[in-house]
Amino acid sequence: MSATTNLSSLSSQGNGATVELAQRSPRQIAWIRLKRNKVAMVSAGVALFFVAIAFLAPVITGLFHVDNTTLYLDRLKDGQPIGVAGGISWAHPFGIEPGAGRDLMALLLYGSRISFSIAIITAITYVGIGLVLGISAAYIGGALDSVIGRIADFLLSFPTTFMFVALSVPLTMRVEALGIAKDNGARIVVMVLILTVFSWPGFFRVVRSQVLSLREREFVLAASALGASRSRIIFKELLPNLWPLAIIYLSISLPGYLAAEAVFSFLGVGVQAPSSTWGLVLNDASSFWQRDPAYLAIPAGMVIVVVLSLNLLGDGLRDALDPKSDR
Amino acid sequence: MSENILEVSNLRKYFDISGGIIGRKRHTVKAVDGVDLTVAKGETVGLVGESGCGKTTVGRTILKLYEPTAGSIIFEGEDITKYSQRKMKPLRAQMQMIFQDPYSSLNPRHTVGDIVAASFAIHKVTPEGGVKKTVQGLLERVGLNPEHINRFPHEFSGGQRQRIGIARAIALRPKLIIADEPVSALDVSIQAQVVNLLDDLQSEFGLSYLIVAHDLSVVQHISDRVVVMYLGKVMEVARTEDLFKSPHHPYTKALLSAVPIPDPTIERSRERITLVGDLPSPANPPTGCVFNTRCWKAQDICRNSVPAQRTVGTSTVACHFPE
Ligand SMILES: Nc1ncnc2c1ncn2[C@@H]1O[C@H](COP(=O)(O)OP(=O)(O)OP(=O)(O)O)[C@@H](O)[C@H]1O
Ligand code: SF4
Ligand SMILES: [Mg+2]
Repeated sequence: MSATTNLSSLSSQGNGATVELAQRSPRQIAWIRLKRNKVAMVSAGVALFFVAIAFLAPVITGLFHVDNTTLYLDRLKDGQPIGVAGGISWAHPFGIEPGAGRDLMALLLYGSRISFSIAIITAITYVGIGLVLGISAAYIGGALDSVIGRIADFLLSFPTTFMFVALSVPLTMRVEALGIAKDNGARIVVMVLILTVFSWPGFFRVVRSQVLSLREREFVLAASALGASRSRIIFKELLPNLWPLAIIYLSISLPGYLAAEAVFSFLGVGVQAPSSTWGLVLNDASSFWQRDPAYLAIPAGMVIVVVLSLNLLGDGLRDALDPKSDR
Repeated sequence: MSENILEVSNLRKYFDISGGIIGRKRHTVKAVDGVDLTVAKGETVGLVGESGCGKTTVGRTILKLYEPTAGSIIFEGEDITKYSQRKMKPLRAQMQMIFQDPYSSLNPRHTVGDIVAASFAIHKVTPEGGVKKTVQGLLERVGLNPEHINRFPHEFSGGQRQRIGIARAIALRPKLIIADEPVSALDVSIQAQVVNLLDDLQSEFGLSYLIVAHDLSVVQHISDRVVVMYLGKVMEVARTEDLFKSPHHPYTKALLSAVPIPDPTIERSRERITLVGDLPSPANPPTGCVFNTRCWKAQDICRNSVPAQRTVGTSTVACHFPE
């Protein structure tokens, strides 16, 4: 007698779906739960679509015979795009940037590459650091635990945005002086660095407390009793139980970083022209919004759609992976 | 080579507890405070006592999952007390543990096959006939469907999970198994099946058992000898029949009087002893005999001097006034 029969006989409403729950790995169960969540699936589709078009930016702009550097000055009159809604036409589906005269679709597509890269690199880095430090602090403990804990508390006491504004210029100069990267490259490095430094402590704390509770579970003791090494216990016993947490944190933090990049660039402390990011376009658009509302509405709409769908996907993933419901 | 597979003498395990914010006010919990016990080859020894008396700690310290504070642990004539984890590793194949909680003792993210095969991976051995065949054989041996090798723990009932834990423990053919309340988390109807499985495995593989339990009827059924613990110390050691027929230590008497006897005439006529008061804290145990705060026979000497182990009949008793 196993859970198979229990589950399938208990519920008739989930024809197929409930039967599927048995004989599945915890990962497959989470996937089945996620698939049933329509909102999360649509959000995942939207998010994937935007990542895909960012990745394919050169191909898409190539199809329209536009790029993000050419100035289409013949499309402007007195610095304003000619035609309706910011100069929307077959050749320039999102219209033309007022002032400089670049193609808005190309700006946003290339801009999304920078925005997504910053968000994804930051998320992966801070989750990685949080995992390594959280496991070390909880499993090795002792002085290491208290040192990492103090550093985390110290960092958590700073407001990230304020620190960013204060640190970005000197840090960027430092990165350039060290020859790591130049100009916008250096600014991107600094943005990832600062966001990571102030993000890992929160996740570290969650991992640490999760490992502290996992460590007391008898399966960890059972592995020790079998003679498992420390590294085997960390990688084979603890880590598989931490992946869901890592995925949840990764996905729920992505929209925040996209928004953070936009805000920092908007404030003039992030990436700067001639590169374009969503934040830079929004910044520029804010000074034209009365004469050219489409120029503001299109990037703002895109940011809202992407951030919202990533948030909804994060919620869906959290529901699907929630460790409390996977007994 | 001795007749005993395990000889534990004067085993102590103290836990340092740091209280306060900066870990200043330290105090010491004497969870195990001078325990002697032996397990002969092929024997089953039951370890009983109230909750919190240190049974689990004894089991885990013997397996060196906890570092002993003092005393000695001799396994098959080899003194393992000071062994490092590295030096323990080959011995771990020979001494295994069965855990109390079938829910927390199996990693929810591993398949049953991975769980049972873990010891082969850890000790880098390939059993004859291959890992998969062997694991399926083990599952069958403990009464599970060998086809379920790719299932996950959440798909099994508590009793089935306990069987998985047993299969894991016997995979490397150990000589000694320490079972920490192996059936106390299970339904009564399933307890007997698991106890019988342990019995069968013992004769089949020539196992020696140290079985921790607080359910005396389980202990009576399965043990050859019984060790009674109270507050980190051994109160009485006796052969099972002798202990249940004529307990010599007041604490043992009290424990036994709480067990219902199926015969109603005896049940009605016998004297019942109800212990008053709570188990004292192992951080601050009473002086002299640790049982003196709850013993109805306690005299001044019980409060001033620790009773030595003495032989009464076939039993060993730590009491100034054994029955
Ligand atoms: N890791 C630990 N740190 C601190 N104190 C501990 C630890 N493990 C056990 N103790 C304490 O040691 C004493 C004995 O605990 P132990 O778990 O060995 O008792 P037990 O006889 O197995 O009880 P139970 O029947 O409840 O399982 C208890 O007072 C307990 O609080
Ligand atoms: S030594 Fe004294 S207090 Fe302890 S059990 Fe014996 S009679 Fe009771
Ligand atoms: Mg216990």
